[in-house]
Amino acid sequence: MLSIKNISKTFHAGTVNEKTALRNVSLEMKSGDFATIVGSNGAGKSTLFHAVTGAFYVDGGQIILDGEDITFKKEHLRSRDIGHLFQDPLLGTAPHMTIEENMALAYMRVSGKHSPFGRVTKKDKTLFREKLALLDMGLEERMKNPVGLLSGGQRQALTLLMATVVTPKILLLDEHTAALDPATAEKVMKLTKDIIAERGITCLMVTHNMHQALETGNRTLMMNDGRIILDITGKERESMTVDTLLEKFREQAGTRLDNDRILLSGR
Amino acid sequence: MSTIFTLSILQSALELGCIYALIAIALYISFTLLNIADLSTDGCFTLGCAVGAMVTMAGHPVLALFMAMGAGVCSGFITAFLQTKMGVQSILAGIIVNTGLYTVNLAVMGFSSNINLFHCDTLFSLAKQVSENKIYRDWYELGIAALIVLAVCLILGWFLNTSSGLSIRATGDNAHMVKASSINPGRMITAGLCISGSLTALSGAILGQYQKSCDINFGTGQVTIALASLIIGNTLVRRGGMLKRVSGVVLGSCLYRFIVAIALRLNLPAEAVKLVSAVIVAAAISFPCLKEKAGFTKKKMEMRKKAAVRT
Repeated sequence: MLSIKNISKTFHAGTVNEKTALRNVSLEMKSGDFATIVGSNGAGKSTLFHAVTGAFYVDGGQIILDGEDITFKKEHLRSRDIGHLFQDPLLGTAPHMTIEENMALAYMRVSGKHSPFGRVTKKDKTLFREKLALLDMGLEERMKNPVGLLSGGQRQALTLLMATVVTPKILLLDEHTAALDPATAEKVMKLTKDIIAERGITCLMVTHNMHQALETGNRTLMMNDGRIILDITGKERESMTVDTLLEKFREQAGTRLDNDRILLSGR
Repeated sequence: MSTIFTLSILQSALELGCIYALIAIALYISFTLLNIADLSTDGCFTLGCAVGAMVTMAGHPVLALFMAMGAGVCSGFITAFLQTKMGVQSILAGIIVNTGLYTVNLAVMGFSSNINLFHCDTLFSLAKQVSENKIYRDWYELGIAALIVLAVCLILGWFLNTSSGLSIRATGDNAHMVKASSINPGRMITAGLCISGSLTALSGAILGQYQKSCDINFGTGQVTIALASLIIGNTLVRRGGMLKRVSGVVLGSCLYRFIVAIALRLNLPAEAVKLVSAVIVAAAISFPCLKEKAGFTKKKMEMRKKAAVRT
């Protein structure tokens, strides 16, 4: 589904702030793969996502999504096929517009029935209500409320819904539950897993919870200093514990895993 | 008091309020919805007035409105082009276009700084001939202005809920999300500024026909006045759908004209209008902040009193 071939990216090249964020990263994601990514601060996890969404163009290499070379495709054109959730729940929704309008925006743009003067129909509204009811947060009764009134967890759940209202070819989750309180985080995480499992969405998820990294999905990647240094699936992954994972990391990277938010226990 | 509030003052305040409301609506789109400080308003207003006046002089007062809107679209497009494609900061783009428009406006007016329309048909003189009825004769000007504003409000109320309208609103609300929703933000800014420009120019064209003249300085300070109307309108109507919000802006514009009319009625010289406008704008903008501060002070005093009673 997603094929990343030898991409590199250096920011501020030629200045004192020069920072190589990606070094010849290659990654092959099969359709339906659900991979978690862990790594130190500044390892290039978010940069990798931004390379895929097109926030910048890579310096070298190739990105292929579902057979199409998107290396130099513009960001807003790529986003039709890519769902992207951030850690900050405020980034994914328009605060002064109502829940219904936010849903409509996500839906009309991506569903292919997009015409410049299209309006939300009764049928669409019923669909939105059904989808919102699945969140079990009572949002279906607040369709006319501005999104700015919702809590962070509610906004993130809504963003997740909007990103998947039409099934994306790939879903990128960048620590999307990290800014939520534990109970809400768990709820949003469960929703995420349900939606992904139900529709077999190909997904990459950055997490700093090591247990989550091993338990969620079918594959775990580790990044360090702009490289993917570990890629485990199947039996090897099943037998992996947090301790052996950290040991593996030290072997590969030559340093300890350094992430000020890393969670070694708890779930 | 009866000398201050006369019917004719109310009437002319409503007429001007409706005509100038179009600029306030234009700013509602650029300033409130798109979150862009578009300072080309002054020049764009005069452009609409000049183009409208020239076409009216040629004998087509209705076509004049559409030609003026076309000119406004061009002005909005250039402002948008500079900021979306050329990397010019939005506030600078507006100032640059505003400056350039001064010469363009002079050129449109045949390099004279003032033209008058006393001897040609205008929208208003044509409408005047429809009936001899006294009531009609008293109110037809307000009727025309109100009809045009009503039409604009209805069209915008519809448009801002369509797919394009939602995209324009989202662009100003959360640019991050817009890119992630496969919307081209540059295109939305362009569309929004073109609409905004066309409304500003339409307002200019109507005012030119209403006052039967066009002056190169008509536009000066319009952006401040429109901003005042917009902010009064936003204070009056804080929530609700798009149609309600846009109507609130019209209400704000009428109220502003009313305040100015009363201020002038208090024997202020005509030259003071701009200063009065500036004071009203500053007052309208600072009102919510002052209200909050007053509330806080009150609460603080009460709590101190309570504490004093306890001890």
